[in-house]
Amino acid sequence: MILRPRLEDLKIIGFYLGKIILGLALTMVIPILAGLLFKEKNPALDFVIGIEASVILGLLLIKICHTEKDLNWMQGMIVVSLSWIVAMILGAIPLYLSGHWKSFLDACFDAMSGFATTGLTLVQDLDHISYTHNLWRHLIMFLGGQGIVVIALSFFVRGFSGAFKMYVGEGRDERIMPNIIHTSRFIWLVSIVYLILGTFALGLTGIFNGMKPANSFFHGACVFMAAFDTGGFTPQSQNILYYHSMVYELITIIIMVLGAINFKLHYHLWRGNRREIIKNIETTTLFITIMATFSIVAVGLAQVGSYPGALLLFRKGFYQLISGHTGTGFQTIYPQQFIADWNHLALLGIIPAMALGGAVCSTTGAIKMLRIGIIFKAFKEDLKRIIMPERAIVIEKFHHIKEVFLADKQVRSALIITLAYIILYGLGALAGMFYGYPFLESLFESTSAAANVGLSCGITNTAMPAALKVTYIIQMWAGRLEFMSVFTIIGFLVATIKGK
Amino acid sequence: MKINFKSVLIILYLAFFVLPRTSFAQGLSSSELIKNAKQYDGKLVVYTGEVIGDVMFRGGNAWVNINDGNNALGIWMSASLAKEINYEGSYKSRGDSLEVTGIFHRACPEHGGDLDIHAQGLRKTANGRMVSERTNSDKRNLSLILGGALLLIWILTLFRHR
Repeated sequence: MILRPRLEDLKIIGFYLGKIILGLALTMVIPILAGLLFKEKNPALDFVIGIEASVILGLLLIKICHTEKDLNWMQGMIVVSLSWIVAMILGAIPLYLSGHWKSFLDACFDAMSGFATTGLTLVQDLDHISYTHNLWRHLIMFLGGQGIVVIALSFFVRGFSGAFKMYVGEGRDERIMPNIIHTSRFIWLVSIVYLILGTFALGLTGIFNGMKPANSFFHGACVFMAAFDTGGFTPQSQNILYYHSMVYELITIIIMVLGAINFKLHYHLWRGNRREIIKNIETTTLFITIMATFSIVAVGLAQVGSYPGALLLFRKGFYQLISGHTGTGFQTIYPQQFIADWNHLALLGIIPAMALGGAVCSTTGAIKMLRIGIIFKAFKEDLKRIIMPERAIVIEKFHHIKEVFLADKQVRSALIITLAYIILYGLGALAGMFYGYPFLESLFESTSAAANVGLSCGITNTAMPAALKVTYIIQMWAGRLEFMSVFTIIGFLVATIKGK
Repeated sequence: MKINFKSVLIILYLAFFVLPRTSFAQGLSSSELIKNAKQYDGKLVVYTGEVIGDVMFRGGNAWVNINDGNNALGIWMSASLAKEINYEGSYKSRGDSLEVTGIFHRACPEHGGDLDIHAQGLRKTANGRMVSERTNSDKRNLSLILGGALLLIWILTLFRHR
């Protein structure tokens, strides 16, 4: 028998949702300060309206639903999935008010794309957008990459046992430190240290490339946030092509890879345990899948003769590949070139790279390396069972911070999530084909959306059907949250209708 | 009429080698160039649009990004040509509108395989300008109304606390 949710459940969900909305509202202070600094009056007003709307909603929820009770698993998951939808709507308000998005749906699309660190965009005339709005576009990637709930946990929540439930609901299931609040703060520490270093490196490179110092450091900060959080927005419409610089490309490759690494691994590297990077199942799997998928891309590009010489082929092919594999979505080619200049084989190299993603507990989306490694180990174990004598005891181990014995439970969980992602990629591709786009292009764009990558072959534009925009929004949301909290909210809705 | 063999050779050379390279010396959009990059590769093209972002000087040359309303393309030109640019497009300014004549590259071997144009000539079709910003009264009024509502809710929450 399905039990209908009680009013108490709704009150608890509403109360914690209100707290997270207040946390999100406070982040809008940053673009307001930028607006004042750059003397951009109307953009600053857009964010004043955004912050007011958010605080009103947050305060009302907290007061109407006030409770002293802690969250249970179901409530925690629902708070997380609703937080992301509310964040999308509230985050879209200042974007829409800027006039650079044709409809509120387009603004919501970009807000979800930003928070989910995807990078697909429907912005119009980006080259004339204000610093204030451009900062917000990149800031939401930085916030979404760490996790909206992580922000609330780090700064606005004084510690409650439901914190871990929301942390897990946001697609993270690893504690770096025993306390989840300390884990959230460590994630912020890593991100802010890299933010300073990355902005400095990109800013200086920009100056050497001929950019004005203020612009250069502004771009440096924005590009860092998009690269480390494997987002993919850029301050100018040409994406990374704008900079015409190999050094810039190299630095962004390093930042993208850093963003694709597990925060737990960062923690061990910071503590001097450098051997972990060689032994860890995620880094070894990442290395193997990068090599394998790049080989496919390289053969494809060589077949079609897209680039004169191996060096140029490597520079273009590897950049798009690493950008796709880490889930970033930076491009050094125009979206239409994927179709016009690349052949099907090269695209079939990029699609699995996007589908696989980076490490768990990183800022990337998609299936992720730990699950791929575990599935591979399970295959190996089964093969051994077939080959070896019946009486032999077959044990498979893998190294992830410590030596772990492979258990059926881990394999089951890895396979379920992998299957869920494959279905999500497929459903998006079907939706694309339903609206008349070719199979490969539909699969490319769908995988990019669901895996939170942001590479585009040209389907994503303002003229695409509204239903396809909504499909991609749902894919970005479900892909970022890794299904668990999405499944919970579906179950909650079913229980509300059918429960007794 | 006596036909000069040398003249025939010159005409044939022009017909087969020079004219095809100049046959696209007419206005092309960025979308046409990107979509049909193989067709225009190595050809002389004319491209028009607004200068956006920074003019990036690199030694005796410069990168100028020009947006025609659909996409922005990177234009590689001599620093002396780039110095003619007075306004760069941004939130606070409209950039100069330029008509660039140059060689189009689908995957430029000199610039890491980028799609670009190496400018040979430049013509300013319109001057850029600074864009003055006036406070939008609708936005100001909406922010005041929401501010009032927020104050009211905050006061009400204070009462409930007591």
